[in-house]
This record gives sequence, structure tokens and C-alpha cells, in this order.
Amino acid sequence: MRVLVAMSGGVDSSVAASLLVDAGHEVVGATLKLWGGPSDSGCCSVADVDDARRVADQIGVAHHVFNFTDDFDASVVLPYVEDHAAGRTPNPCIECNRHIKFGRLLERARRLGFDALATGHYARVDGDDGHRRLRRGADRAKDQSYVLSMLGGADLAQILLPVGALTKAEVRAHASGRGLRTADKPDSQDVCFIGSVEGRRGFLGDRLALHAGEIVDGGTGAVVGTVPAVELVTVGQRRGLGVAVDGRRLYALTVDVEGRRVVVGGADASWTEQVRVCRPSWVDRPLSPGSRAMAQTSAHGAAAPCTWLGDAVVFDRPHPLVAPGQTVALYDENETDAVTGSAVAA
Amino acid sequence: MLPYLTDRFGNPSGSHSVARAARLALDDARDDVAAALGCEPGEVVFTGGGTEADNLAVLGGHGAVGGAVVCSAVEHHAVLLACRSLEGTTVPVDAAGVVDLDALADALHPGVGLVSVMLANNEIGTIQPLDEVVAVVRDRAPRAVVHTDAIAAVPWLDVTSAARPADLVSVSAHKFGGPTGVGVLVVRGGTALGAVLHGGAQEHGRRPGTHDVAGIVGAAAALTAAVAGRHTEIPRVRALRDRLADGLVGGVDGVVETGGDRSAKVAGSCHVLVSGVNQEELLLLADDAGVCASAGAACASGALEPSHVLLALGLSAADARTAVRFSLGYGTTDADIDVALAVIPKVIEQLRG
Repeated sequence: MRVLVAMSGGVDSSVAASLLVDAGHEVVGATLKLWGGPSDSGCCSVADVDDARRVADQIGVAHHVFNFTDDFDASVVLPYVEDHAAGRTPNPCIECNRHIKFGRLLERARRLGFDALATGHYARVDGDDGHRRLRRGADRAKDQSYVLSMLGGADLAQILLPVGALTKAEVRAHASGRGLRTADKPDSQDVCFIGSVEGRRGFLGDRLALHAGEIVDGGTGAVVGTVPAVELVTVGQRRGLGVAVDGRRLYALTVDVEGRRVVVGGADASWTEQVRVCRPSWVDRPLSPGSRAMAQTSAHGAAAPCTWLGDAVVFDRPHPLVAPGQTVALYDENETDAVTGSAVAA
Repeated sequence: MLPYLTDRFGNPSGSHSVARAARLALDDARDDVAAALGCEPGEVVFTGGGTEADNLAVLGGHGAVGGAVVCSAVEHHAVLLACRSLEGTTVPVDAAGVVDLDALADALHPGVGLVSVMLANNEIGTIQPLDEVVAVVRDRAPRAVVHTDAIAAVPWLDVTSAARPADLVSVSAHKFGGPTGVGVLVVRGGTALGAVLHGGAQEHGRRPGTHDVAGIVGAAAALTAAVAGRHTEIPRVRALRDRLADGLVGGVDGVVETGGDRSAKVAGSCHVLVSGVNQEELLLLADDAGVCASAGAACASGALEPSHVLLALGLSAADARTAVRFSLGYGTTDADIDVALAVIPKVIEQLRG
């Protein structure tokens, strides 16, 4: 097969490309330039592009840089800012996967005549047409099926995830065995377009008006503190609010940007029976309302048994609050490593 | 070049016999370059490439004369960003990329100390009316030093006449078959030029630093050959370029030549807009099929950015991303054009789906 590999300059995508070469595929590497602003790391830094280019050279494949900055601005950065402005907590990496890596890049791969697009994500694709499965990575600690949960079967048919069958240790061992220069490179952690110096607050502060607000105790209605920026508070957040009442830990329960208010409550109030969702997407076919599923509400959280209602997920047992904007990944109730679909907390 | 990288590897600023041999080679190269560019040997300043020559002209010219700085909007970044660093003014161009002489006149005043307008554009090949530009400058800003970036003009134009009215002229060796990393700034007698680099007395202190003797020897040989071949090569390459451009525009729907009239462009330049096609995709498939083309300017990561030249012509960023540049040279053959005309329409068809 002719395979286009998205190479970020990290070890996972380096090894993905190397494994595909070993398997006899005709491989071409591409690094995406996504962000024009200053940034320490992530997909956009020149050093990372250099690493990708040199790994491609080491494994004997061509390498290209694709400029998707305009699309990234429109589909990832702008919605990220708008979500925060509305008091939501978005997953920009998921929107990038949805719109850029498995959107624009996959379209480009098809136009360029590639049979498949590969990335270095820890997840697995199997099954065949009409019964495609996206499964958790073999390394449960590194599993990234959550951030790919919005992919549909038609796209999955053209996606290869070569490192999904390996553990991180095996990936690094392959890289050092081949002498790949990225073998010991640390994992990237943060949102690629936000530099560690400016931070989330600096980034958003340059792009939207941040408003100070009151912290209100949901039980008593009393004002118990203030926050410097309501837009930066995440529902469910405990740390960083700087308030405690009678020694109780307080959690953000709701964020009201217009009212400049964050309602807080104790641990007992930080659990919920259900989460309302929007923008559902499905691997094969929609779950019918009333279906059973497992819901995972953060990248590395555990999945919880639930019932799908069409516009909400009802948990069997109380579940930590899910911030609006967060992705809710749905897994099969029986084959619990298989993604069935995805939605966004409303 | 090879002897100056091996047994004649001497520093021409030294005094022993190996150094003197290198010095003689440097002097000969300077004579050859001066003859080819129509200046005196003492007016030739060797630099480490075209960008350095342009920066020396803009920053050094401004340093000596002071005053305001003016350049055209389609200058290479080596001029444009140097001018911008001096808070200079840019003058717009028309849809063909020719500098707007009325706007230039409006931008000029007696306080202007340096004006830079290129001889031919490096992306789209448009030739600027330098005689008229300089006439306007002499009239409106009599104190100003005039620089022309002639990097994309060699070997296509006779720089001895075309760049004659400019006080400072830059060229770059790899544009005429010489090595990369060697440039020349012609500094006409009497033109004030401040220092940008500080160090030794090389090039009369205008460009201190040990000479790249092998590179300079190679540059001079290439320039001499380029000038000697011009009379036969230019008509030949122009015919090839016309065949390529006609074949693309006539053979594929939605392909237009950028900036209109081909007669106002240098002979080796074929620049087209391919409607509905992304330049990155076209270049990748063309390269796979053996056709090396380019587009705009790359950022540090190697990603293509929408060309400021095309934006200055009035194109949208989206249209600028459909631009592809085919550069022809003395080495381009009929067979090369056959390959390009076989490959490019097919690639466009594939990408349009």
C-alpha cells in the first residue's frame, strides 16, 4: 500500500513510519504546520519538523511539510477561544483530529493517491466494512482511543495505527534499536499552540476579554471568594479556586460567564447522575436511545457503565461532573475496548 | 573551484606564497565580475550571498545617508524585511507586479535617503522600469541612494545597461550557475555605504571577513559563462518557456499566467495559478513524477506561506495558494518541457478529482 504517515517529530509517529516501512509499504512522511504563533513544542516547532524530516531520511522515506495553519485557526483555535468565552472547556486535540488530521489531511492523502493515512496514536482499528472497530491501544496506560472516538467507519477504513498494538516501552525499544533520533524524546503533554511561558491564561487573555467573577456557595448562596477569570474555570475543578468553607474542599459546579459567577459546592455536589450531550458521531451506526454503553469522559479516565438516551448519558452510579465542551467517548458494553461513538458534553 | 579548496587553499589576506596565489585568483575573479556587471573592479564587494548583499545595501546605504527608506511591495524578503527593520515605506504594484510610479512619487520626498526597487521579480519574473524609477527618485529625493536587487535578473537581462542607473546592485551566484552562498554588491564610485559587519579590511572594510575564494572563483566563472551564453540561450529558453506556458494555459482549464503580459517578464520564468488546486499537493505529485517546481516562500519549518508578492498583486490568500512557479535555466531542454507538459496536466486532473 501507499501510506502517508503524519509525523509530528515524536517517537510514536517515527516508529509508526518505521513499522510501515518494515511491513513493505510505500511510505511518505508529512509534518503538519498548524500554528503560526510562538510555541515551545508540539506539532509546529521547527525542531520537531527537523526531527521528523531526519527520521524520514533515516528510514529512507520522502518527507513533506504541509501548511494547514489557516484551517487550524478556523477549526481548532477559534472554536477553542469561543468555547472558553462561553464558559466551556474544549478538547482542542480532538477537534484537530476531527477537522485537521483525519479531516483535511485524510482528504489530501486520498487526492494524492495514498491508500491509507497512518498516525502514531495508541489505538487499533480492525473489522471490515460495515463492522469497523476502533479499539483501545494495547498499552492501556497510553490508550488514545478517547481522542479518536469521533472517527467514523468510512474514515477508519483508511487509517492505520501501527503503534496501537505495542506498549510505549516496545515503541521506544524499536526506536532505539533502529537508532532513530527521537527514541528518547519526551512525550508532548500540552496543547501545541499554547506556549509554556504565556500559558492558557496568557493565550486566551490576548484573544478574548477575561472577566473577574464571584464564587458563590451553591448551598447557602453566599459569596465566598472571587476568581480573576471566569472563562478559565472548568466545571468539576477543585484546585486553584482558592476557596474553602469550613475546611471543606469546594468544586466548581457551574460556570456562568455572563453572570460573572462560579457556583461551588462540596464533594457531595460534584457528582452527577447524567450528562447532557450534543454532536454525537458513530463508528458504525447510531446507538438507539435506551442502549447500554460505557462512557469515558476524559482522556485517561475509566469508562463507566451508562445508558444512552440520544441527548444525554445516564450513569449507573454517580459520576464526577463533566465540564461542558468535554468529549464523552462511548464504548461497547460487551466489547469494552471497542469505541462505538462519541459526543460532546453540552 | 577545486584547486582553491585543496592545494591552493590560502587566505587571500595573508602574505605568504599560498596566500598570494589565492589573492591573485580573487583579483582575477573581481575583474571578471566587474566586466560582466559593467562596473569597475573597485566597485565590486563580494558577500556571503544575495541576502547579505541586499542587507548591506539597505542597512549600509541607510547607515551612511540616513533619512527615510522606501521599497516596492514585491521585493524579496532580504530587502523587504531589511527596509521594514528601518520602518520603511512600501510602494504598491499593479496587477502585473510593476511598481506604481505615481505611488512611488507620492512616497518620495527630500528626506528619503534610500530607495530599493528590484530589477526583476524572483517569483513572477516581472521586470521593473528601473530607468523611470530612478528618474522619479532623482527628481523627488535627490539625496537618496538607489539600490536594485538584480538577483533574479541575472542571467536574463544585460545588467551592465539595465542596472546602470542604480547606485547599488546586488547579484547572487547560484542564480546564474555559480555556487550557493556567494553574492556581490556593486557599490558605484562615490556612493556612501556604512558598515553592517565590523572586522577586517577585506573589501575595503565594506564586507569584512575572510573571503570564500573557491566560491568567488566559481561565481566569476559562472557569471562570465552566463553572459557569454546570453545571446543564444535567452531566445532558446524563452521559446521553451512560451511552449510550457502556452501548453499549460491552453491545455488545462483554469490555468492562468500570473500577472499577465509575458513580454514584461524574464525569459526563464513561468508562473501560473491553477484554479482549485493546492500548490503543496501539486508540487508533491509533480516532484514524484520528476518535475521540480516551487511556490512562494517557505517558513523555517519548510511549510509554504502565501506569497507576499502575489498578495501585493491583489490576489487573495486562497488564490495565492494555487500558485506554482516553473523556473527554466540554460540547462533546460526541449525534453524537459515535454516531461512537464506530460506530467502537470495529469497531476492537475488527479487533484481536481
